Amino acid sequence: MSHDSAFAIPSGERTSRTLIAHLEDRPGALNRVVSLFRRRGFNIDSLTVGRTERPGVSRLTLVVQADDETATRLEANLYKLVDVLDVEDVTHAPAVARELAFIKVRAAPERRTEVLQLCEAFRARVVDVGPASLIVESTGAQDKLDSLIEVLRPFGILELVRTGAVAMARGAPAIPFPEAASTEVGT
Amino acid sequence: MSNAVAIQQETIPAAKTGAQIVWEVLVREGVEVVFGYPGGAIMPTYDAMPAYPVRHVLVRHEQGAAHMADGYARASGKVGVCIATSGPGATNLVTGIATAMMDSSPVVCITGQVGSTMLGSDAFQEIDITGITLPITKHNYLVTRAEDVSGALHEAFHIARSGRPGPVLVDITKDAQQGSARYEAPRPPRQRPAQRAPDIAIRRAAALIDAAERPIILAGQGVLKAEASELLREFVEKTGIPVAATLLGLGGFPASHPLSLGMMGMHGEAFVNTSLQEADLLVALGMRFDDRVTGKLQTFAVGAKKIHAEIDPSEINKNVHADVALPGDLRHTLEQLIPAVRARTRGPWVERIAVRKAEVARRDVQSSGSEGKLLAPHVLHDLWRLTEGKALVVTDVGQHQMWEAQYYKHDRPRSLITSGGLGTMGFALPAAIGARFARPDDEIWVVVGDGGFQMTACELTTCAQEGLKVNVAIINNGYLGMVRQWQEFFYNRRYVATPLRSPDFVELAKAHGLSGMRVTRREEIPEAVARARADAGTVVIDFRVEQEEAVYPMVPANADLRDMIRRPFEEDE
Repeated sequence: MSHDSAFAIPSGERTSRTLIAHLEDRPGALNRVVSLFRRRGFNIDSLTVGRTERPGVSRLTLVVQADDETATRLEANLYKLVDVLDVEDVTHAPAVARELAFIKVRAAPERRTEVLQLCEAFRARVVDVGPASLIVESTGAQDKLDSLIEVLRPFGILELVRTGAVAMARGAPAIPFPEAASTEVGT
Repeated sequence: MSNAVAIQQETIPAAKTGAQIVWEVLVREGVEVVFGYPGGAIMPTYDAMPAYPVRHVLVRHEQGAAHMADGYARASGKVGVCIATSGPGATNLVTGIATAMMDSSPVVCITGQVGSTMLGSDAFQEIDITGITLPITKHNYLVTRAEDVSGALHEAFHIARSGRPGPVLVDITKDAQQGSARYEAPRPPRQRPAQRAPDIAIRRAAALIDAAERPIILAGQGVLKAEASELLREFVEKTGIPVAATLLGLGGFPASHPLSLGMMGMHGEAFVNTSLQEADLLVALGMRFDDRVTGKLQTFAVGAKKIHAEIDPSEINKNVHADVALPGDLRHTLEQLIPAVRARTRGPWVERIAVRKAEVARRDVQSSGSEGKLLAPHVLHDLWRLTEGKALVVTDVGQHQMWEAQYYKHDRPRSLITSGGLGTMGFALPAAIGARFARPDDEIWVVVGDGGFQMTACELTTCAQEGLKVNVAIINNGYLGMVRQWQEFFYNRRYVATPLRSPDFVELAKAHGLSGMRVTRREEIPEAVARARADAGTVVIDFRVEQEEAVYPMVPANADLRDMIRRPFEEDE
């Protein structure tokens, strides 16, 4: 889901940004968020959605490639959606972010030990053993999963699925209810 | 005690049908008129209507209903309402909804939907209208239970009118209209705190304004939406900064004011565009730097710092980088900004612009004779003079729209209604009908091309049936004029699919029981206008104007604002 739209302002460098949004768990709410990205041409790396501590409220973790101004505008655009309760850019905040992956890797009996040792080094778990393959489960930061996938690639990756990141700011929870989108003032 | 009893009765209202609740909400929201077209899935709502003091205007096509609600909203500042049935009734609204969305017009659209048990089954006249309108509404609702009608509909009104206004659609299944529930008063809306420009930003903006030698204010529709015209005037008179307007911003600052420059952009005055490119500061107030305003972004006012005051933060830094962003309601922003800036004049800069303006006046078609031809700019100029600039003008889209913007001088807010962002042909006549209800005492002129008029001409019948008075000036050049003009300039004069045959508009008016006139020479304009104004009913005037006239100046799409195609002029040769 990435296409380069013509954002007219050639500004700062694009980096990976992580945003957390709460939205009301109503039919179509997620559709509105996704439609916004499509329409405005934002580049999404990953999007996860799930339930939260509050009934009727879902939580979205978004990873996008964006520069500062684009990220601010993305936040402002999210706030325009009536179902969106709050948005927080945790890119520069102290936060934990994790992703889960299943990797089905080719592992004939004679190479199994080698694969298992690598999994051990990455603290990945083997959750299924087949005659010629293993399913490896790993949870971690995005770059850790990237590395694990790279070391397993030579064995032959048969199937791969990643959930996309979920993130949470450290410390006391963010203000639980609507705060206005922050807008850069001046430069 | 009697109060307590009354309150108790108020809190436990009698059960009503969902359809009755629809009208209950509309009445409580202050709705006086709705524009609509009945059909199967909305019939329960229509059936309940006669018991409520709301006037219904039967349109001839649902697109007209949406434009009427939009026209009503723009003329009044209140929320306009349209009603349609499911399926084709709902899809016919789409162009009108998109028009309202692009121009931030508060409209609530109510559509019928098939019964909730049939949803998703491709039932007769079922369409996923909430899906279809998702990107062209501020928000929309699918209501499947009678008890949800009042909550959703009240919320729709709140969303439509708050912040940056826009259309909201409420799709109500037939069983939700038929079911029984109690009306519930609106809950306090979940309100995000409105953004306000922080003091530091106000101070930065004021410092830039005080220091600028060649500043220009760009006034957009936000000035009208925020009802900030008086404040803008105060700001201008304190700072001495000249004001250019976007198409939708016309009227926000009086055209007759010495510091008014008129319209900027693709068909803006040449002296305005040239001056914009020389400015050292742009103060953008309630506008969004549309491409028709900026031309090529990379060359747009590169020497100018930009202050951007805008209620929608997602517009800031979208097209043009803002050196200082002033998010929030424009009234509030101006109230903060006025005391923060220094009173001063900008004599040399204003003088420099005035010299350019004088050059433009000599080039203007107004100073040339018509040589027996009827020129559209003359029609608009004369209409402005004859109506003393006091009419509410509703235009369609194309050449006549630009000529109107150039030659009809608007001194008052909400005196021009036009489709700007979406550029919807067929907008004018229905929008004027909607405006009629908002402004019963104002003189209304529809200015429309022969092409656009034919897109929604069926609404003439609506005027006749409802006994409505609007004056329709058809600027008839026998072409889809703006497209023809582009063909002339950019497609080697190959007039493909632009020559346009029309019915006899005078006879067409008569067929509706309305008056029609034809004007072929400039001398005939005053009498025709006078007769139209004296007529109690809707009048159609067919102005047979010069066929191959172009709108000047013109900045080609995505070009530098200085690269204008100018009106041919003897001294150039």
